[in-house]
Amino acid sequence: MSKPIEHDYIGLSEQQLPSMEKSSDKKDGLHLKDTELRLGLPGSESPEREDHDQNVLSLKSFVSGAKRGFSDALDGGGNWVFSGGSGGGTEGLFSPRRGGKNNGGIDLSGSDSGSVLKDGAAQKPSVVQEKKPQVAATSSHGNGNIAPASKAQVVGWPPIRSFRKNTMAAHPPKNDDGDGNAEAKLGSGCLYVKVSMDGAPYLRKVDLKIYGSYKELSSALEKMFSCFTIGQCGSHGVSSGDGLTESRLIDLLHGSEYVLTYEDKDCDWMLVGDVPWEMFTDSCKRLRIMKSTEAIGL
Amino acid sequence: MVCKSWYEIERWCRRKVFVGNCYAVSPKMVIRRFPEFRSIELKGKPHFADFNLIRLKRMVVTDESLELIAKSFKNFKVLVLSSCEGFSTDGLAVIAASCKNLKELDLRDCEVDDLSAHWLSHFPETYTSLVSLNISCLGSDEASFSALERLVGRCTNLKTLQLNRAVPLDKIANILRHAPQLVEFGTGTYTADVRPDVYSDLAGVFSSCKELKSLSGFWDVVPDYLPAIYPVCSKLTSLNLSYATIQSPDLIKLVSHCPNLQRLLVLDYIEDSGLEVLASSCKDLQELRVFPSDPFGAEPNVSLTEQGLVAVSLGCPKLQSVLYFCRRMSNEALVTIARNRPNFTRFRLCIIEPKTADYLTLEPLDVGFGAIVQYCKDLKRLSLSGLLTDRVFEYIGTYAKKLEMLSVAFAGDSDLGLHHVLSGCESLRKLEIRDCPFGDKALLANAAKLETMRSLWMSSCAVSFAACKLLGQKMPRLNVEVIDERGPPDSRPENCPVDKLYIYRSIAGPRFDMPPFVWTMDEDSGLRL
Repeated sequence: MSKPIEHDYIGLSEQQLPSMEKSSDKKDGLHLKDTELRLGLPGSESPEREDHDQNVLSLKSFVSGAKRGFSDALDGGGNWVFSGGSGGGTEGLFSPRRGGKNNGGIDLSGSDSGSVLKDGAAQKPSVVQEKKPQVAATSSHGNGNIAPASKAQVVGWPPIRSFRKNTMAAHPPKNDDGDGNAEAKLGSGCLYVKVSMDGAPYLRKVDLKIYGSYKELSSALEKMFSCFTIGQCGSHGVSSGDGLTESRLIDLLHGSEYVLTYEDKDCDWMLVGDVPWEMFTDSCKRLRIMKSTEAIGL
Repeated sequence: MVCKSWYEIERWCRRKVFVGNCYAVSPKMVIRRFPEFRSIELKGKPHFADFNLIRLKRMVVTDESLELIAKSFKNFKVLVLSSCEGFSTDGLAVIAASCKNLKELDLRDCEVDDLSAHWLSHFPETYTSLVSLNISCLGSDEASFSALERLVGRCTNLKTLQLNRAVPLDKIANILRHAPQLVEFGTGTYTADVRPDVYSDLAGVFSSCKELKSLSGFWDVVPDYLPAIYPVCSKLTSLNLSYATIQSPDLIKLVSHCPNLQRLLVLDYIEDSGLEVLASSCKDLQELRVFPSDPFGAEPNVSLTEQGLVAVSLGCPKLQSVLYFCRRMSNEALVTIARNRPNFTRFRLCIIEPKTADYLTLEPLDVGFGAIVQYCKDLKRLSLSGLLTDRVFEYIGTYAKKLEMLSVAFAGDSDLGLHHVLSGCESLRKLEIRDCPFGDKALLANAAKLETMRSLWMSSCAVSFAACKLLGQKMPRLNVEVIDERGPPDSRPENCPVDKLYIYRSIAGPRFDMPPFVWTMDEDSGLRL
């Protein structure tokens, strides 16, 4: 095989892109040095990102003072948790970080962004993969639930379509080695379920397998649907003693409450939070953030 | 445009329109240009969306849209929705009820909200024009079998019928009895208690299907029922067993009965031994896809290695398209494959563990894939995996001159890798990259190339927001979309890498239906939310 020619591609860009040079009267060609772009390999964080907790997204309906109040009102109420709890700071409904690398440092809102679920290591969505497939990555979820697969799982890899994944998950492959190790092979490495919210114009999907507890799930859902829950904290707090645990989301604007429910394998609509987490993920087919006025009978 | 007359003639004559990227052109434009088109095929989502890398709904087809189609086009004939979502069986019901001349309804890989299987009964009793029906993606548990049977019975031109999993085995015989003329058939679930009467009924009805060339479905297979299809095996050219969870011996038996097989989709239960039998029995094989039965397990659960692929490449002279999931590979095997099978047009290898090296030498697999692109001069599609450095991209840029689509994950060392591909692959149309250390330099240096391609997808790479803005600013014919769930990209430093980037050429300008986590970089180099 002949040795390919080495290209100085920065040099090339100035010769081979006449159209770019013509069309830009402002700059002359692309002087990449001028843009002073700092490149890092995936996995290297630009340090400024850590400080951006306070730079919450600019959806116009948020009022920063109210966010904290809102978060505090919910925290510790034993209710469906917002992210305000864990690190203090000016965290609002949509803060991308929860005070740094706690709780495994997982950016749950980016569950589709290729985040690796390794303990506290990667926040950037690139994979830090060991070569030996048997390296056991302990579960990154704080509550100690270990996922059956003993290695870290990368979102969207291997590249298998949802239809196929869900088909194989619903009816796990039979093994005639009969080693009783069915649990380890059961299902696929992810379990995407649809999440709808009453009043929201579109649905979302979450992979239940990447969460280890109801708390994590609810935080993620909060982030996903926060753009639909707008306004200020109402004057009524949250009563914790009425039997609905971990399932409340307050609609600040309208003052009504939402309830998180799910459809189980028997097609019944159930309140989220009653059964152990693992049992829930095994039986949950879809989620619905329901207005509690509709949740009669749950 | 060659000349105006050609343009005009083509406009008025074109009956089939294929839109590879629904955002590249607006519906208004298509309608205006092709007033007489009768069949439309729409593709939306970038390929990597299939693998849950985004939640973005790229091709949302709502029930309202289906209703609009049904009401507006009285003579609507063909509807093929590929990997679409957003509609329900209610929308299908409207199509069924209104499109009296519908010939083809194909919902391959769609996600349909299954509200009711009774949509099938909306095909009027007078409706008989169905030629092709693919509803294999539907999941409804209840299904109106009698409506299905009646539909199949009265559509005597039906050639393709692909049922969904909900249709039980014992219903298949009745359905097939009504349609012995079928050329392509997809079963529902292929499991039932073993009963001789059901078996012989099934075997009998398969025997009467003299035209059958293609079989699929086979969910939940019970091996005892497989021989029922033996009567048709000798004529089969296509067999999709990719949902059939049966072991190698049963697969071998089946495959040995199919000497004329051209296309096989199967799970890795077939193992190397099964592929060796395939290589010796199926000399007409052109396409092979081997899917993983347990992709997320830490340990291999079957004995399927690079040897199986080598065997098939050696034994099947017409093999040109391969999708192969396995857990180990070597440069030696890839070179052997390339030398023996230079006629590959599609070569997709997925080594399940990212960055897996050559298991014999522990080196990267650059040389192996280099051989593939060097020997397979007509290669149009390539998917890479395993441990790969910039060198493999150098080979690709140098040799893969006919390559149209390239999929890359967890590969490369630097921008040089991306540069080789963008500057060397003359025929490149689609490039999708994830988790590679490719950044601004190569992208910006090859910005003009992007206008010659349909699309570029990059996720979890190192392209900065600043570079995205620059591209958006400089390249008005490209839509540069930044997808980032961490919030607006301008809330972070400009040199911060974006999470996902999707760039595609478009004559329709930026789109307006983006969810809140997608931003278009436009000419003002500002943000459009």
